[in-house]
Order: sequence, then C-alpha cells, then structure tokens
Amino acid sequence: MDGRLKAGHDMNMKTALFAALICLALPASAAPLPSGTVAPQFTRTGLDGRQVSLPRGKLVLLDFWASWCAPCIVELPHLAALKKRHSDRLEIIGIAMDDSKAAAVDALKRFPVNYPVAMGDAALGKLYGGILGLPEITLIGRDGKVIKSWRGDFRADALDAAIETALRR
Amino acid sequence: MIRAFLAALLLAIVTPALAQPGSAPTIPQSVLIQPGELAAALKSGPKPVILQVGFKIMYDEAHIPGALYAGPAGKDDGIAALKMAAASIDKGNQVVIYCGCCPWEHCPNVAAAWRTLKELGFTQLKVLYIANNFGADWVEKGFPVVKG
Repeated sequence: MDGRLKAGHDMNMKTALFAALICLALPASAAPLPSGTVAPQFTRTGLDGRQVSLPRGKLVLLDFWASWCAPCIVELPHLAALKKRHSDRLEIIGIAMDDSKAAAVDALKRFPVNYPVAMGDAALGKLYGGILGLPEITLIGRDGKVIKSWRGDFRADALDAAIETALRR
Repeated sequence: MIRAFLAALLLAIVTPALAQPGSAPTIPQSVLIQPGELAAALKSGPKPVILQVGFKIMYDEAHIPGALYAGPAGKDDGIAALKMAAASIDKGNQVVIYCGCCPWEHCPNVAAAWRTLKELGFTQLKVLYIANNFGADWVEKGFPVVKG
C-alpha cells in the first residue's frame, strides 16, 4: 500500500473507530416498551425446572423483580392475590433479575407465589427495552401487544384497574 | 385504602430486612451530585473515576461510560469487590459512585459504598443522586450511556 493509500486507509479506520465510540457513548433508549409494541417472545427455565414461555392469546402480567428490591417484595403477595382472583384469565410470569438464583429462591421461600418464576439476565432485560430499574411490570394483552408498563414504586390500584379494563375487552 | 396501608406496612417491615443499616437518605446532601451535573462534568475537564456499586445484571445492560463495576455494595462480597477496586485508585482522586437499581430511599447499595470509601480515606467522593432508577433518571434523560 503506497503512502497516500495508507494515509487514507488509516484515516478511514480512525473515522470508523471514532464513529463506533460515539455510537457507544450515544444515549441508548431504556424505557419500558411502549403500548402497542408486540411483546418479545422468550423461553426460560423456571426456578422449578419447567420451561416458561410468554403465553400468547392470554392476558399476561410480566413482573421483573429482584430479592434485593424492597418494593418488588411488597408487590409479590399482591400479584399472588391477583392470580388467585383471576385464575386462568390472567397469566403472571415473574422474572427474577437477581445476580444469583439462590437469592431469588430464598426470597420466594419467604414470599411464595402461585405463578412461574424464571431467572432474567441482561439479554432479556434489553429485549424488554432495558430493565434499568425495579420493579418493572408489563401488562400484555391477548393480542400479544403491550397494554401498559410500570417502572418504580408499586401502585396496586393502577395495576388492578388496568387488569380489570383489559379483562372486560 | 386498606391495601395501601398493608403495602406500606409490608414495605416498612421488608425494607430494614433487605437494606444495610444506614440507607441512602442518610448520605449528606453535600456529598450528592445530580445527574445533570455529572453529565456536564463528563463533557469537559478531568473525568472522575466512576464506580457502579449496584447489581451486575444492570451494569451489563447499561452503564455510564467509563464506569467500573464494583458491587453490589449491599453485600459482603460486593464490599470486598469495592475495596479491591478502590485499592488502585488514588484517595485524592475525584470518585463518583452510583447504583440506580430502584428508588433512592430503597437502594441497598449506595450508602454502604459511600461509608466504605469514606472510611478508606477518599476525600473527593461524590454519590450520584438517582431518585427513581438509572433508566428514568439517566438514560431516558439523554445522558451518555454504554450498553454492556
């Protein structure tokens, strides 16, 4: 490669590297999935060893939580009560965002639930818009589309009202 | 009304059991840095050392550019990791720690991290005040972030 071509090549490489670094440093979207988005499908192994997949054709509540998150723990009994109240009309899946399975299992011994729970990870978090704060609850309609998402302190009344509205559709 | 009361009662019971003694609100205001201030500081001048002292899964999803992972400070092994990271940092350096896992008053990590680094003798230590969570208060505000 002669001097001019090499200089041009080096400049292109530097430009590409600079662009890549800028892209990495650019703000990344990390909001809960907007209403109307098709909820991404996933399959995970539940804490009980059984496969857990996002159901289709059903009203689904997807709960991202962790054992270290106090508001998450507060919501667990309420979600269990919702499942008991609505039975087959509402599917609930818990996704534990703990760094270790043992921590999630231990939390569920203290606050048992009546729905499947699987371990989450960064990949699943990114699939759902970036789980960068807990708790995060996503309500998914029978058409597989996101109805609403909530991130932060748990608001039982708002969640209950949204579920009732969705069930009446 | 009753449900709200029961939820608040459960939260009051659960929070002390989950958090280290001394929660985030015990960190003095003078030590706090707001997200906008840190974002501005990252654009110019000497950059502080930034340590994410929360949970690895969230660090892996996204973190402040240049932030090192050193947690979770709410656990003993996380404190050990923090001390290990701190060992190679000059105690006179500007250091900013953050978590952003959940609402500030419930964070199990930042207060323990702040106390640990203060006890180690760091003199230019700041704690990034994240009121709600990293997603809402940093990423969605458009501040720089690195995925993974």
